[in-house]
Amino acid sequence: MTERTFRVWRGSGENGELTDYTVEVNEGEVVLDVLHRLQATQVPDLAVRWNCKAGKCGSCSVEINGMPRLSCMTRMSVFAPDQTVTVTPMRTFPVVRDLVCDVSYNYEKAREIPAFTPGPKTSPGDFRMQQEDVERSQEFRKCIECFLCNNVCHVIRDHEENKEHFSGPRYLMRVAELEMHPEDTADRRQIAQDEFGMGYCNITKCCTEVCPEGIRITDNALIPLKERVADRKYDPLVWLGNTIGRRPKDTPIVPNTRRPAEEE
Amino acid sequence: MTSTSSPPTGRARIPRRTLRTDRWWLGPVLTTLGLAAFVFYATARVFQQDHYWVGEHHYLTPFYSPCLAAQCVPEASLFGRLPVEFPPLVPYALLSLPILLLFRVTCYYYRKAYYRSIWQAPTACAVQEPHRTYTGETRPLMLGQNGHRYFFYLVGAITLINTWDMAVPFFHGSDGGFGVGLGNLIMFVNVLMLWGYTLGCHSCRHVMGGRLKSFGKRPVRYWLWSRISVLNSRHMLFGWLSIATLMTTDFYISLVASGTITDLRLFN
Repeated sequence: MTERTFRVWRGSGENGELTDYTVEVNEGEVVLDVLHRLQATQVPDLAVRWNCKAGKCGSCSVEINGMPRLSCMTRMSVFAPDQTVTVTPMRTFPVVRDLVCDVSYNYEKAREIPAFTPGPKTSPGDFRMQQEDVERSQEFRKCIECFLCNNVCHVIRDHEENKEHFSGPRYLMRVAELEMHPEDTADRRQIAQDEFGMGYCNITKCCTEVCPEGIRITDNALIPLKERVADRKYDPLVWLGNTIGRRPKDTPIVPNTRRPAEEE
Repeated sequence: MTSTSSPPTGRARIPRRTLRTDRWWLGPVLTTLGLAAFVFYATARVFQQDHYWVGEHHYLTPFYSPCLAAQCVPEASLFGRLPVEFPPLVPYALLSLPILLLFRVTCYYYRKAYYRSIWQAPTACAVQEPHRTYTGETRPLMLGQNGHRYFFYLVGAITLINTWDMAVPFFHGSDGGFGVGLGNLIMFVNVLMLWGYTLGCHSCRHVMGGRLKSFGKRPVRYWLWSRISVLNSRHMLFGWLSIATLMTTDFYISLVASGTITDLRLFN
């Protein structure tokens, strides 16, 4: 057992502050264990969101020494014995209290994406997917919706005004997943650029760096989606082919999922 | 007090740009130094208009291939020479160099590298960027990045020329016929790295198979995609290795061409 200094964000977003605590730490513990000990022994009103303690529910996303992480998957042994451990809420989202954020931005963006759209003549029992096609989207299905990728993305982290036009890596990955589905017939490439803000992404790969599931978001979802957008909007040869041959039918965003402008 | 540029949205008003305690600045610094070293070296060499050809073994530096100026050594001009003499400071490989440059400028890895280290958007993950506004790649000037695939097609052709340039010297040994020298080996490794970088390109991955909705119905393209994916996951590595081997190849050939050193012959 040792004693460590924890510096934790307390209060609301606008009126909160970093507060120091000295707290007991035992071998094998993770940051969430220590936050729970703080709660049990010193500050019973400390708000922490958590659930599975196994890195699978995506609830305990915070920033530890400035890096977005799951507190249940960050071992105390990665810090030097005399190092202060600073725990703050995710910077990109409004704080409800202490370490708990309001992440409803993410759910609003999720609702705008046109859902899986199989061909009208195909009944569910007729779907036959090859293993390689399953594996391709399976990588994206590992997402636990911890929103660390959307939190770290500088497009909205450093520019609140971009939230309106940008769905973040998590939901651009969802669009990519649907676009790669062999049985899907919708075409979301146009709205990926115009409504979900694919063009804002400058592929600096922070989303991939912080993903606790190790999903290669940038290489396998965002860049392939950028290339598909280039097919749809910017490649003159593909444009010529589409003009002569079969023209793409762009799918619009899900209706009534955006707030009226005056409310925003 | 606040470090965020947002109106009062209830975000945590953390006063510092970042709370990261690791050396997050080291990556961007090394990237900047690496890119600057290449840009300075390549600029100096392509404008030099000299020491690019070793006649005895037919070594031609990739920075002068294909050589187009009227002043070029005839054997160094794979596609012949233009009937005009290039004035000073005009690169002899006037056609290939801009394509090679634009291929790397629009490359998805190098974009990450210079957006982070030079443009600082962001400098590192979870480090606040210094810009007041951000539009990413949405503005007309930035839409050119979507042309990466066309530079890939053209660079594929240039890499074939580099491969030819690498193969020809094997048949120009010291006594004629087949021969191997240190220059051959350096050029061979360089061409391997160039192919590793070119074929691992994200646009290549997309064109070869990534654009499909179903891999199951196209097994050949799926196979191509999966092989390219292996290279693609090492795109950064090949990006830097190819820069290093390009400079090494050019430097070695310039030393031999200028008579500073003689080529170390291993066989004939």
